Parts: sequence; C-alpha cells; structure tokens
Amino acid sequence: MAKGLQVGTGSSTVAYENLGRRRKQFVYVPVLRLNSMAQSQVRLGGLLLQHQYGEIVENVGAFLAAKGSFTLKDIAEGTKLGMNEVKKALCVLIQHNMMDFERNRRGILEYTIHINKVLFVTRYPRYIYCAKTLYGDVGEFLVEELLSHGQMLMSQVCRRVSERITQALEGQSVDELKVRKTFVELVETHFLQRVAAPPSDSADKEDEETELQIKEKEMFLIPPAMDIDYGKVNPTVSSSGKRKREDGEEGDKVAKRPRSTSPLSDEKNEDAPDKGVYWHINFTRFHQFFRDQAVLSALNSKIDRYACEIVRTMLRVSEKTTVPLAPTTHPMSSHEIFQSLPPELDLNRQTLGEYLTLLAEDKTEIVNKAGESGGGMYILNMQKALETLCKASIESVVQERFGSKCSRIFRLLLMKRHLEQKQVEDMAMIPAKEAKELLYKLFSENFVTMQEIPKTPDHAPSRTFYLFGINMHQVSRMLLDRCYKAMGNLISRREHENTENRRLVEKSQRVDAISASLQSSGADTTQMSEVEEMITPPERQQLNKLKHDINKLEQSELQLDETIFLLESYLPGSEAMVLY
Amino acid sequence: MGGRGRGRGRGKPMSFDIESLGFQNKKELPKSKEEPPPLYPPLEFKPVSLQEGEEADYLLALKQEFRGSMRESPYFIKPQSTKRDIERYSDKYQLNGQNKGQGLGWTPNWNTFPKELRIREKKPKRLKVSVKPSLSVTKVKAKGQKSDSKEAENKLKQILQTEEDGDDDEDEDEEEKKKKEAEGEEEEEEEFYDDEDIEEGTDYALSYFDNGEDYLDADDDALEDGPVY
Repeated sequence: MAKGLQVGTGSSTVAYENLGRRRKQFVYVPVLRLNSMAQSQVRLGGLLLQHQYGEIVENVGAFLAAKGSFTLKDIAEGTKLGMNEVKKALCVLIQHNMMDFERNRRGILEYTIHINKVLFVTRYPRYIYCAKTLYGDVGEFLVEELLSHGQMLMSQVCRRVSERITQALEGQSVDELKVRKTFVELVETHFLQRVAAPPSDSADKEDEETELQIKEKEMFLIPPAMDIDYGKVNPTVSSSGKRKREDGEEGDKVAKRPRSTSPLSDEKNEDAPDKGVYWHINFTRFHQFFRDQAVLSALNSKIDRYACEIVRTMLRVSEKTTVPLAPTTHPMSSHEIFQSLPPELDLNRQTLGEYLTLLAEDKTEIVNKAGESGGGMYILNMQKALETLCKASIESVVQERFGSKCSRIFRLLLMKRHLEQKQVEDMAMIPAKEAKELLYKLFSENFVTMQEIPKTPDHAPSRTFYLFGINMHQVSRMLLDRCYKAMGNLISRREHENTENRRLVEKSQRVDAISASLQSSGADTTQMSEVEEMITPPERQQLNKLKHDINKLEQSELQLDETIFLLESYLPGSEAMVLY
Repeated sequence: MGGRGRGRGRGKPMSFDIESLGFQNKKELPKSKEEPPPLYPPLEFKPVSLQEGEEADYLLALKQEFRGSMRESPYFIKPQSTKRDIERYSDKYQLNGQNKGQGLGWTPNWNTFPKELRIREKKPKRLKVSVKPSLSVTKVKAKGQKSDSKEAENKLKQILQTEEDGDDDEDEDEEEKKKKEAEGEEEEEEEFYDDEDIEEGTDYALSYFDNGEDYLDADDDALEDGPVY
C-alpha cells in the first residue's frame, strides 16, 4: 500500500493518502500539507471564524482550510459534527462570501473555503470607516449592513438603513430615496457589486447551482425596479412593525447606533421589486482605495501636498484607461494632467512640469517619463510605489527590533543590492566586529540572504565571494507570516483575558442590569449607591485594567492589519488584489 | 553550500570555512542551539507605542460593536445545549430547546445555494398513515349494509389517495436523502414521529411544567445591556 506520494506544487505540497471507507473500498484522496504561512493563515482564520460565527463554523472552516475540498458527507465525518450543524455552517460561510462549491468528477458537490477571504474580517472596521469618509453616515451604515449579512437585496439593505437612521435621528424620518442614491453611488464607484447568479436561461436545473456566473457588464447594474428616478419607482417603504429590534448597544462611546440583526427571513422579501439580485461588498475596490491612500499620504509626507494632489489627479485620469490593479498605468500626457487638476491648487503649467520632473527623477520610480509627446508622457508605477512602502515598513521593523545600526546596514544593502562583508563594514562606517555581528544577526533572522560566488572551481572558501543581499519577496513573505502569527496571538490573548476574568465580567454585567432596571423604575440614590457598592474597589480596578488591556490588544490588531495589508498588496499571488 | 571536500581536518569538520568568516579559532563561534526556540523570543527594545487619535478610537469602537452585534446575529451558530446527565421524563415535554435549534434562523437565497444544504423543516404531518384498513373484512361482516360500506369504501379510498400522494413525495424525499446523507437523519425523523405522538397525546398544557433547570444557566438575559469586551 503506497504510504504517501508527495507532489510539490509551489507553496504547498499535496500528499496522497488512502482513506479507508466503510465498505473497505480504498479511495485515494488528495490531502493538503500546509507550509508555514498557510498554517498561520489557517490558525488566524480559525480564530476569526470562532469569534465571529461560533465554534461550529470554526470547526468546519478550519477543517476545510487545512485539508482541502470535501463533500458534505466527508465534512460531517471529518469534523464529527451533526449533519444539520454542518449544513448551517456551510450556509453561513457561503452567505458571507467565504466559500465556493463545485461538482467533482462524481457529480457530488465539493466545498472549498477561501481562507484569504476569511482574513478580511480583520479589516471590516476599516472598510466601514472608509465608507464613512467617502459617503457619510449613510454610506457607513450601508457597508456595515452588508458586511454583517454578507449578501442582501438592494431593497432590503436600503430599508434597514433608512430605519436605522430614522431611529438614530429620533423621529425625523429619512427619505429612503436618499439612501438609495448613496447605494447607487457606491455601486457606480464599484465599491459594491452583484453576487453571481445562475443564468436566467439555463434549462438544465441540475447544474443551476454550479453555473453561477456574472457577466462583466451586469456586475454593477442596478435592477430597473430600484431606479432612483422618482417617476419610475413605486416606493416600497413599509413600516414593518413586526420586526424585532435589537437595541443592545455595546460600548458607550458611540451613542446613536442601534443595530438590528433580526433574521432576514422576517422581512417581506418575497415581494421585493428586485428579487434575486443580491449585492455584496467588492473588497478589491476597497483595497485599491487603501493602496492609493497609502501611496498618496507617503508622497504627501515625502515631498509635499502638491505632489500628492498631482499624483491623485493622475490616478483619476488613469481610471478611465487602465485596468484596475494593473501594476502600471497607461501613459498620460502632461496636458491631460494639467486639465484635470483641481482648480483650487492653482498650479501653472511650468510648476506642474517641474513637479513631474521631480517625481520622475525620484529614486522611488513611482512616476516614469515615457515620452515627450503631449508635453511629456508619464506613467504611474503602482507596483513600485507598493515596493517602496514595503521597504519603508520593513526598514522600520528592523530598526525597532535590532537597533538603528542594523537598520543602517539594511538600508545600505537595499541600496547597493549585493555587498561583501568587508564592503558592508566600510560603507556602513561601523567597526568591523560589530558590523559582523549585526550582519549575521540579520542573516540568522532571514532578513538578509547570502550568495556564494566561487572564484575557483574547487569552491575554496578563501577564494569565494560571499555576497549579502536582500530579497524583498522573501523578506516580505517572512514578515507576513510573522504578522499572521502575531495577529493570532493577539486574538488568543484577548480571549484568554476574557476567560480569566469571566466571573468578574458577568458579575459587573448583572450589577449594571440591576442598576439600569432600578433607574428605569425610578429608584432613589441610596438604592443606586448600594447597587454600585456590590462591586468592590479592587474589583473595579481589575475591571478597568481588563478593559484597558483589551482595548490595547484590539487596537494592536487594527494597526497590525495595516502592515498585513501592505505586505499582502505587495506580494504577488497573495490575492489581496485579485479581481473578483 | 556544498561542503563535502573542504574541511581542514582539525577536530569537527564543518561545512564552511571558519577563517573566511573572520573568526580565528573555533571557540569564538557562537554556540549551536540544541533546543527549540523559546516561546517568547527576547525583546531587546521596547516596541513603539500605538497610534492615538480620533480615528483610532472610532475604529476601535466600530470593531467592538461589530463583534458584539455579530454574536447576537443568527449567523452565530451556538452549539446545541449539552445533554443533561440523565434522561428525564420531563424532557419530552420541554418546549424550550428541543426543536428550536433545528432551523437556520435566516433565509439564504436558494437560487445560488446548493439545494443539499436545505435543512428539512420538520413539519408535523397532517395525516399519519399507520395501517391501511382491510376492506375485505368489513365487506364480509356487513352484508346488509353494502351500499353504506361502498360509500365508506370510496371515501376511505379518497382519503387514502391523498395520504398516499403525500406519502409518495415524502418517500421520494427520503430516498434522496438516503443517497446523500448519513443515516442519522432518518433516525431523527422517526424519533420525531414518536415525539409528535406524545405531544398530541397529553391533555396537559405543555408549557406548564418547569423543572427549574434553567435557574442556573440563564445568564444570557443578563448580558443584554452590558458592555462587550
């Protein structure tokens, strides 16, 4: 019996093992072996799923992520969960755009989880905040609803948001049309997109569920029933009183944010005018926006805000001609840029020309001059821009971890690409012994690579060049792996803190509930103070410390995610920037 | 790093040349590690403090709120409550949790979802088919009431037809399920019929009985108004 054939396929190896089946039929099923990066991704994904959707979803998700694609039956066997529970978990994962399914050779559906999409969960607050800055509170609520439900009809989401706003504004009703307008704007700028649906003309019912496709032009098409032109639409605003409202407000920082997470089945969406057209967040577009933001703010701090505005204009101009997320844009002429500049900048042609030259000669190579026609043709190289940002990030990691002398060596190697040990010592102006030590420390931590170049055929060490250099892809990958591990550690630490203090937290919640009910029934101050005293001062101190610690951990998660995003965007094949 | 023919022959041969690295003798080399790396690698410099500011605070608030609301949403699948240590007679009469966890809690768009993920809602069957009445027996007995028995027969036949139709559908469903799902599913269905029998059989109000087991674990309600960490 073959023990295990190993087939290497790039980043992970696939081993074939045999799985004994019930009736003693031996079936060869591919089993994934994960490399270190994938392992830390799976661990992080599991933690995120657990906190967001519960342990059952985590079991199913982690199983699929670690072992590959499986059918419903195999999943139930492998996770040892009940069939119903597995079904529910799979539904949740599909609803939240983290899972795909297709028919295998035998005609049975196999489910695959995309762990990189699970990892987007760490970025949800950033998406919501981004929508807020671009489209105000309405945009914020729209994106938040879509993120919490995964996929929704336009009518549903608009209705929920307008009700939320009405509640928040305490009485002043909001025109649902305004909400719809914002929705349409979000779609027009591609922040939202349609969910793939079975083609309407498919005759074969069997294959309907696997023939999900979405035509390019349909992706951002609003169904005619939801047109925002007043004349065409019958407003479907209904005062659904029967829907239960979730008034639990977590955290007293943000006052007016009632959340309604009532099940979608309660709503009357059978008679929705846009039945069947579901929308979800287009993560790629958000990522593109984040990338542009990062590059622009870097330019702002490096050169000045005029340069930042110029590049912003270039990005806008190139949107029409370039495929999104292409590494370099189409060439655009200086005249075009001049015409599209915002008038309040008040730049004349000459200054623009100077700035462009400055940008083109900058060693970061973000802007390239491609020709002289039209006053100078310029290309934006976003890939290089990302590389620059990554280099800066990694430099600061080296500095914070090993000290500024190491950082000097690192920057030197980045600049000169390959140096011998002696050259490093000389150029970095660090005493020889120390330079050696630092260099080898960097080497042992895999920030720096070494290349042997023999002078003689017998590879004698005294006659061989040993060149040190930096492989950006390798270092980025290593750091990204570390970041995933760190994120996982942050989450488990937070969980640990919660479990350690669970008794105390529950007690304080009970006390809060009691005092709240007392307050609403109009109690006097002595009763209130009695209730407050149920929690002793050292307990209160402990609670405060807990809150402080947890806030710190969560903030660390959010800020770590920025680095993760940067590294992911830079690395090819990491799917942060894949067109869906 | 090919190092097969290169050692100087002194002491332990190594795959690289010590002198070219700058060390005079072997003793200056750092020691090789013989254990797994420590759980917390030593942190030489204190890390830079986190970013502060309104944006950071707002993001934090968003995050915590989102997490809290997701816990309450129907997408958060709570594991089924653990069985008690002994089976109790009152369990059959409990309305609280027996069949609550069955449904999904929200409706997916079945157009784009695989049909096999549908959880069959266990609706109570309207007509339970137990035994087909044997008409031959009645015929023999009631000779004088032939016309009556014929009417009764027709009526019975009609009722049986409708029952059978309902049956057939469900039989087909069951066959499909057998192909695709584990056997546990069917056992559950059969058990359900027993439950249904019992539920229909009592005269007492089913919600009357409270065995007091909820007293100890009903902390969920108290958590509604408190902050979430």
